[in-house]
Amino acid sequence: MKILVCISHVPDTTSKINFTEDNTKFDANGVQFVINPYDEFGLTRAMWFKEKQGASIDVINVGGPETEPTLRKALAIGADAAIRVNTVATDAFSVAKQIANVFSNGGYDLVMAGRESIDYNGGMVPGMIAGLTNANFVNSCISLEIDGANATAIREIDGGKETVSTSLPLVIGGQKGLVEESDLRIPNMRGIMMARKKPLTVVEPVNASPETISVSFEKPAPKGAVTLVSPDNLDELINLLHNEAKVI
Amino acid sequence: MSVLVYTESEQGHFKKAALEVASYAKAVADQLGTTVTAVSVNATDTSVLGNYGVDKVLHVASDQLNSFNASAYASVIKQAVENENAKVIIVSSSADSKYLAPLLAVGLNAGYASNVVAAPSGTSPFTVKRPAFTNKAFENIQINTEVKIIGVSNNAFGLVETSGSASAEDFSPTIPGFAVKVESVDKATDKVTIADAEIVVSGGRGLKGPENWGMIEELAEVLGAATACSKPVSDLGWRPHGEHVGQTGKPVASNLYIAIGISGAIQHLAGINASKVKVVVNTDPEAPFFKAADYGVVGDAFQVIPELITKLKAFKAQQ
Ligand SMILES: Cc1cc2nc3c(=O)[nH]c(=O)nc-3n(C[C@H](O)[C@H](O)[C@H](O)COP(=O)(O)OP(=O)(O)OC[C@H]3O[C@@H](n4cnc5c(N)ncnc54)[C@H](O)[C@@H]3O)c2cc1C
Repeated sequence: MKILVCISHVPDTTSKINFTEDNTKFDANGVQFVINPYDEFGLTRAMWFKEKQGASIDVINVGGPETEPTLRKALAIGADAAIRVNTVATDAFSVAKQIANVFSNGGYDLVMAGRESIDYNGGMVPGMIAGLTNANFVNSCISLEIDGANATAIREIDGGKETVSTSLPLVIGGQKGLVEESDLRIPNMRGIMMARKKPLTVVEPVNASPETISVSFEKPAPKGAVTLVSPDNLDELINLLHNEAKVI
Repeated sequence: MSVLVYTESEQGHFKKAALEVASYAKAVADQLGTTVTAVSVNATDTSVLGNYGVDKVLHVASDQLNSFNASAYASVIKQAVENENAKVIIVSSSADSKYLAPLLAVGLNAGYASNVVAAPSGTSPFTVKRPAFTNKAFENIQINTEVKIIGVSNNAFGLVETSGSASAEDFSPTIPGFAVKVESVDKATDKVTIADAEIVVSGGRGLKGPENWGMIEELAEVLGAATACSKPVSDLGWRPHGEHVGQTGKPVASNLYIAIGISGAIQHLAGINASKVKVVVNTDPEAPFFKAADYGVVGDAFQVIPELITKLKAFKAQQ
């Protein structure tokens, strides 16, 4: 089985988010970038397939050279090869189009993407890859088993979960549950050394003009101070929630 | 050239989110000077949509569509869009709508903006506001394609009642074969889901163990709320994974979020910041949650919550 794992290069969760150029550009200054947490679940599940059932794993990122350390980290975790599509990721559609192109031409059976990335939170790329390639698609996937060309997956739905069956080629929008968190891997020294020798191929983008444009950003309005209520005066809390906040 | 809205139903009844997206569609239609057409699948009575601004309903009745299938539903909506020559399509942010919308976007060559929190700030160019960086900022985005899809964030726009009425028309699209088949569904149908809930009551590691969740459930019941938890709580197996909220869990966009024994780590806040009013109960006055909350009680949950339940019951009885 040939697996393509999408790796989004995103600001670490604890990063302070700032914008420059009159709030039109994200300020990457001083920001630590990591593998998108949802993609890490996919990568780890791909590693499980590789180790238990036999599979090869390519990781892919659409982005400039600055994303290469993140791809190297995925190689250090155990992917076999990395692909960087050499274009600035602008919107979900153009990213999906690049990945769909590599997927269609690379003979892959399975694409593991994260349900969403924690920077733009679009939740669109996996579904768009599936739509562009006519592959089957399971979103919000919390369990995946592959048997030959057949797949059984569990997806999270509002208020529960649903077990589905489908076949390869398949695109997954994955999340926590695909693997236990305790199974997530931290690259070790050997992995890091080996990653240096693994291929990281830079490919040029296909033509894909964006459909949406980020025109500006804003920060949420600063929040007022918390109103503290004494634990001995919970009637006051009910009063505030009813009359001031009007939420009960 | 109407605005088309996909109104989700469950067991024949519209979800609250369906009425909210209808309200949103009406606002967009007013901006564009056009009407609203809804697509509904297997709803028993579509007339209620008229109260939320829908002019016409395309009613699809099909046993094949009894269980949700993203590509089939996307295909049905696409046919409705073509039928109506719609240029703007509105969907919700439910798990199902987020599943089908990217497929629909590809099918229609439409730009798609997800989790939108307000009516368009302009329609030429078409600009909407959505959260980014896991609620640490908002992004204003322009959709430049001729056909546009907007996914509206739950509880962001609210319900807007009007006095209109909706005409209904049977619509019989071609339903494609299913390549992804539902084998089984595991869902508590009587519970308020986190996605739909206006109020969410959430417990953290401060509750010490699963045996103490009775009071969380009771508080939720009094308030008609959904229950949730912080990540370590689901990791420890005290609560099901589906209840874990935060950056790596479920997003919450409720009107009221009550956090009990939760520290307020940045990853937790990232997922619940979109909630409008936040209440925190924590023994530690230095807990970071107090900086993010609107109302706070510095106190022991084991004393505060039972008392709050008693007082809320009395309050509700008076209402
Ligand atoms: C990549 C990454 C992603 C993450 N994603 C998430 C996520 O999605 N969601 C999430 O929640 N976390 C997430 N976390 C974990 C997060 O950093 C925190 O560890 C977690 O939110 C802490 O949960 P907690 O507040 O329940 O527990 P604790 O940090 O243990 O806090 C318990 C709180 O309870 C209070 N308390 C104790 N006893 C009482 C009492 N009797 N009455 C009242 N209060 C009491 C304490 O004062 C304390 O503030 C993530 C972490 C990482 C690294």
